[in-house]
Amino acid sequence: MDWTQYLNPLMLGAWVTIELTIYSTVFGAILAFAAGIGKLAHNPLIRAISIGYIEIFRGTSLLVQLFWLYFALPVAGQAIGIDLRLPPVAAGVLALSLNIGAYGAEVVRGAIQSVSKDQYEAAKALNFTPRMTLWRVALPQSIPEMMPPFGNLAIQNLKDTALVSLISLSDLAFRAEQLRNFTQDSTTIYTLALLMYFGLALVLTAMMKLLERFVGRWRAGAR
Amino acid sequence: MLFGIEWDTSSGWAFAVSILPILLIGMWVTIQATVLGFFIALVVGLVWAALKAAPLKIISWPAAVVTEFLRDTPLLIQLFFLYYVLPEFGITLPAFMTGALALGLQYSAYTSEVYRAGIEAVAKGQHEAARALNLSGTRTFTHIVLPQAVPRIVPAMGNYLVSIMKDVPLLSVVTVLEMLNVARIIGDRTFNYLIPLSLVGAIYLIMTLVASSGVRLLDNWLPKQGIPLK
Repeated sequence: MDWTQYLNPLMLGAWVTIELTIYSTVFGAILAFAAGIGKLAHNPLIRAISIGYIEIFRGTSLLVQLFWLYFALPVAGQAIGIDLRLPPVAAGVLALSLNIGAYGAEVVRGAIQSVSKDQYEAAKALNFTPRMTLWRVALPQSIPEMMPPFGNLAIQNLKDTALVSLISLSDLAFRAEQLRNFTQDSTTIYTLALLMYFGLALVLTAMMKLLERFVGRWRAGAR
Repeated sequence: MLFGIEWDTSSGWAFAVSILPILLIGMWVTIQATVLGFFIALVVGLVWAALKAAPLKIISWPAAVVTEFLRDTPLLIQLFFLYYVLPEFGITLPAFMTGALALGLQYSAYTSEVYRAGIEAVAKGQHEAARALNLSGTRTFTHIVLPQAVPRIVPAMGNYLVSIMKDVPLLSVVTVLEMLNVARIIGDRTFNYLIPLSLVGAIYLIMTLVASSGVRLLDNWLPKQGIPLK
């Protein structure tokens, strides 16, 4: 078989990889903000939940989390009489988002804490409510600080999507494995797969750079 | 039964207690893979760092491209690549070795950046002083730069050690019997995935907490030895 014939099935897989990356990055970002802000909350219950979530998902392996959601959760559901069987797509997106969200939460927390104290004092002097201080003062200034580590996490997430092939989602890694089983032409297929992942990573890096420039306008004193 | 150890399915707790020794055998493989992968990452990363710092573009540029490639492609595919492609070139390694090699190569891209940052953080005045004292280039590197760079490098390397540990379960796809694979086999045979997989999660949590508190201790201890980290 000619190597060009591998391109079509691999492209199909790459598209699934792109979709998974987009979904889990977006959900992961939402979780990151929720848990990162939650970790700084005054309410001890919210703080405890956020810290518990971050520690559990940063402290265990992504593959363990993925298998737990896919294989163990249905058993747990059975025990309490609820059907918790997840389709592979849901389990994959959920595991990836929860995992990347926990890493992102630490980034969000760090960036919010790096906003200077003067800003909070000024907000207080202007009689801002805590909510207004968060939305109008702290977040707009800290989001530009979050962008470089978020870019790294997005790449991390793209690479991690390969793991969902292990719960039979037909992404790029899965298609490559399938083709290899069929043709035994490992060198060509895996070289192509690696190059495609590399290309996707380069595109993603460029997109994150654009986003970084876009939110850079929110930096204090920039104009 | 696995590794000659029977399990007891009479109740949830009895099952958990009876499979714990089996999982601990898997944990030992996980630790071995972590240590070997980390060692490879430290050595290969130093080579990349040296190549990237080379004054000749023809050496530094390819090294930069290769490390970028290693960093931006998934470990799983790199692992499959090594597992299936190396034998085609007559290199047959045991699955465990292939796995440790894949871990080491992926993380060498990360460690090379740590070395670079650590070496660049050594103040310029130190280089100038070494030159004023007429020390040779290698002597400057081994006696002046390295002793000051190492304390800055150690904590960052510790974090990568923890990351490598969390990536070891991937080796299960090439039949390495590490902890997650062991748990899956138990699940396949008893139709109970909940307890083995939850135990693996708990053991992982303990291992990473222990490892990262070790890194934190080191982080606090090094400055007290008169070695500034920043």
